[in-house]
Amino acid sequence: MTSVLLPLAIGIAFGAALERAGLGDARKLTGQFFLRDLTVFKVMFSAIVTAMLGVFWLSYAGWIDPGAIAMPETYLRPQIAGGLVFGAGFALAGLCPGTSCVAAASGRGDGVAVVAGLFTGVLAAGLAFPRFLDFYDSDARGAWTLPSLFHVPAGVVVFAVVLAALAGFAAAERIETRA
Amino acid sequence: MKYSDPYLSGIALGLVLLAAFVFAGRGLGASGAFAATATGAVAAVSPAYAEGNPYFARYLARPGGPWHEWLLLEIAGVVIGGLLSAALARRVVLTVERGRGVAIPARLAIAFAGGCVMGVGAVLARGCTSGQALTGGALLSVGSWAFMLSAFAAGYLVAPVLKRTWL
Repeated sequence: MTSVLLPLAIGIAFGAALERAGLGDARKLTGQFFLRDLTVFKVMFSAIVTAMLGVFWLSYAGWIDPGAIAMPETYLRPQIAGGLVFGAGFALAGLCPGTSCVAAASGRGDGVAVVAGLFTGVLAAGLAFPRFLDFYDSDARGAWTLPSLFHVPAGVVVFAVVLAALAGFAAAERIETRA
Repeated sequence: MKYSDPYLSGIALGLVLLAAFVFAGRGLGASGAFAATATGAVAAVSPAYAEGNPYFARYLARPGGPWHEWLLLEIAGVVIGGLLSAALARRVVLTVERGRGVAIPARLAIAFAGGCVMGVGAVLARGCTSGQALTGGALLSVGSWAFMLSAFAAGYLVAPVLKRTWL
């Protein structure tokens, strides 16, 4: 039962958080790309910093085992290429996969169109998958983290990300007042 | 139509992500739900083809099959949570978000095309803004940060051409 209820409950909270932030609204999201509304940056980095600090301090206190959390593996070149393709699609769609579901759920036709497009794109990429399997699996780096990339303790990276986020928030507020 | 404070909703989103880490041992995601749905659809048409395709075979092999994929259940929750939150705030409106320079059919076509392009990118990158940028970002994965930076770089490069669609 928890195998169904847990993802469902986490999803409900995830969807509600995105909706409350206004991220079901494609025009609000694309304000990011025209430097008029930096909600996307503020929400994403508040979330990343919160979860990062949570994992760091809960592990430090010995309450959780960070090794028990599934760590995404790095395939550097395909992920950079995928990111470039994804970002272009994001600017066109005005919504990302998660927020398109929120947009569709709150009555927006553009959200439904993005959901349909995503399904089509993933299906097409899946059908063509054998052709780019070699590239997909290339440049494999395993569970590679920023602390091991920079050869510093995790706490140093955590501190740097917090500082960068705070500086980013200050800059975002200044950009928005000017816009 | 007033939304919540972005920093407070961001912290709330971070706590949801942290809860997923602690209670489910994994982060959030979205594009994986589309991959599971595509796998289920392909397998319904031709089970043999789906098993022979390395992309779909991976989702078929998950316990319970593609229709019980964790991310598919989570995305079902996102739809429910998004609707509930919008309904409680009286924000459910049948509309199409668009700039002044674009008609509704054109905006829907651009949205569909953008979805297709994002779908291909998410397959290549092994995830999207949820599974890579948010989840891998908080876990300090190098690939996830590379994905996040390249996605936003491409967004800023493409956006100027789309001024009429959005402003």
